[in-house]
Amino acid sequence: MINLLLFPIIIPFLFAILLLFFKENVVMQRVLSVIGVTLGLIASFYLLITIKAEGVQVVTLGSWPAPFGISMVSDMLSALLVTTTLLITLFVIIYSFTSIGKERERFFYYPAILFMVTGVNGAFTTGDIFNMFVFFEVLLIASYLLIVLGGEKKQLRESIKYILVNIVSSALFVITVAYLYSVVGTLNMADISVKITEIGQPGIITVIAVLLLIVFGIKGSIFPLYFWLPGSYAAPPIPVLALFGALLTKVGIYAIMRTYTLFFIHDTGFTHEILMVLSILTIIAGCIGALAYFDLKQIIIYNIVIAVGVILFGAAQMNEAGISGAIFYLIHDMLIKGALFLLIGIIIYVTGTSNLRKMGGLMKTHAPLGWFYLIAAFGLAGIPPLSGFVGKLLIAQGAFQAGNVWGSIIILASSLVVLLSVMRIFIYAFWGEPVALPKIERKSYAQLMFPAIVLVVLSILYGIGTEWLIPYMTDATNVLLDPSIYIDAVLGE
Amino acid sequence: MELLMAILIGILFTAAVYLILSRSLIKIVIGTGLLSHGAHLLILTMGGLGGASPPVLAEGVTDFADPLPQALILTAIVISFGVTAFMLVMAYRAYAVHKTDDMNQMKGNDEHD
Amino acid sequence: MKTNDVILQTTTKVVFFIIFLFSIHIFFAGHYTPGGGFVGGLLTTGAIVLLLLAFDLKTVQKALPFNFTIMTGIGLLLALGTAAGAIFFNVPFFTHAFDYFTLPLFGETSLHTAMVFDAGVFLVVVGSAITIIQSIGGDS
Repeated sequence: MINLLLFPIIIPFLFAILLLFFKENVVMQRVLSVIGVTLGLIASFYLLITIKAEGVQVVTLGSWPAPFGISMVSDMLSALLVTTTLLITLFVIIYSFTSIGKERERFFYYPAILFMVTGVNGAFTTGDIFNMFVFFEVLLIASYLLIVLGGEKKQLRESIKYILVNIVSSALFVITVAYLYSVVGTLNMADISVKITEIGQPGIITVIAVLLLIVFGIKGSIFPLYFWLPGSYAAPPIPVLALFGALLTKVGIYAIMRTYTLFFIHDTGFTHEILMVLSILTIIAGCIGALAYFDLKQIIIYNIVIAVGVILFGAAQMNEAGISGAIFYLIHDMLIKGALFLLIGIIIYVTGTSNLRKMGGLMKTHAPLGWFYLIAAFGLAGIPPLSGFVGKLLIAQGAFQAGNVWGSIIILASSLVVLLSVMRIFIYAFWGEPVALPKIERKSYAQLMFPAIVLVVLSILYGIGTEWLIPYMTDATNVLLDPSIYIDAVLGE
Repeated sequence: MELLMAILIGILFTAAVYLILSRSLIKIVIGTGLLSHGAHLLILTMGGLGGASPPVLAEGVTDFADPLPQALILTAIVISFGVTAFMLVMAYRAYAVHKTDDMNQMKGNDEHD
Repeated sequence: MKTNDVILQTTTKVVFFIIFLFSIHIFFAGHYTPGGGFVGGLLTTGAIVLLLLAFDLKTVQKALPFNFTIMTGIGLLLALGTAAGAIFFNVPFFTHAFDYFTLPLFGETSLHTAMVFDAGVFLVVVGSAITIIQSIGGDS
């Protein structure tokens, strides 16, 4: 099964195409999309086991030899991210059944999600820098459709800005790839790494490193470039927001982590210093935003920004604890953001508003919602033994080892701000005097709760099961810290 | 030749930035088109403009153009074609709903709805 | 906006077929020379857009009663199917196959799985471009 690593990309793509034929048949759309994502999930679990047993999997498309053809490379980090992506998508799709509405379901909602998953998984898996651009575009075009779907006034207004920002960043991506090609003369990521080592990273490569940081920074929303995120993400409905929040920025982070551990490792005093300073500024900016708003969506959206900073801070340490902490935190953040967005979606559905000042006393009527929200909030802040704890512990440990004491203090302080911001939601929404709630169906409330609860439980398991996950994380970390594993697997020497 | 191309690309980018920063929606769309044209030309130039023959295997041809930038440009053109088409639809819808193509009147947050 | 463009309409009736046949030529030329599915698809789209300009949306839809979304789907399926055929032979994805056949009328011809892929691209380009144009022109 030489093509195994492509299955998590192809299967959602195949089902997305099939869905185009059943535009009006909503039941068929739901069934097929769940089947597609489940099959993809099975394939990705099988892939995880294979990678654990046999090491990095590589296939070079079209039977061309390695530096010339497009390589697809699946190491432990990619496989873990692909699996998490499919897992979250599955529950978001189930959540969409009750919340997204027939109108959107009929207008290519599920195909767009599946195309986006194709793009996300492809970007996680590809081993060719231009191919990464192509997969970025696949996921971006699908996300353009998702963000504008429904055509509300606000959505149209925000999506124009979203598309514009992304077109500019894509153009920058093409420009950067052109520069990189003119310097190293290859596009295969393993080969680029070899060539950069040969020429010893002169100044122009550092310029390209910073350009790539800008490109991926716009997608991944780091400090000065996150300006588009709060407005755009607030526009689409909750399931789309959950997908975007859990997946899209993570693709940018993955790309930064990959390029900064594979390509630009010879002048870390400059490139990684920039990355670290920017990540700390990202955390601070996110903290300010998370405390400033009284809108449920905005608070959690700014928590995305904080998490981006924390992960990149870990990745910038370039030592074992820092990087494995970043990987732990990355996957934790995908799970917990998915869960949190679904939960606040339910809160908004129950209360009929996203303004914190207009809600209260939900604990009396919706106790399970409150408890699960509380668990997810604690998980986000990183209270042991929940899932965020291990990642943050390792990141802080890595930063102390690398001598960045102030940085790790800011990371730890940001945990408190995160806790405060999500507890504010809890206090305002669940405590206090009950307010009059709009009438909703009990049945759809239960249907919405199911996927959210499963995601919360998964994140709890992720926290408790750290012990069993460590071998996988160690594998992922080793590939990032030692590029020769990746290069040998691709170029086969 | 490379210098000429560099100047041309610079002009394209200048025009693109100017158009993208303007207020009218349709000018912004045209600006993104120019931006991607500039980027495509940049790939071509960065791959080197040398090479007299087409990159096809034939007897006695040693000086042929680099095929990779051309493949990259084709891909990038297809993508920018799709994105521009989508953006045009979006701009048209936004114009139909908001009754304006002035970006200044499209800013705002929830309170403006 | 109802204008009576006799000249445009009459020429279009002829030119449409010329452009369409040329696009088919370009599509097959892509085998060894410049051309291929994308360019051919764009030419066909151009021909249909010319029809749309000369006549109106309803007339064109009556003349070409295809569902262009389905067409996009079929094209994507063709492209993916060709690429995924490699999976069944356990060779890397996208690996293509070709051989020489002696066909009646054409003589010895090389047949290539990449052409099926290109046909898929052709359909996707036409389908998606016309879908977009229809959705813009639909409500004016």
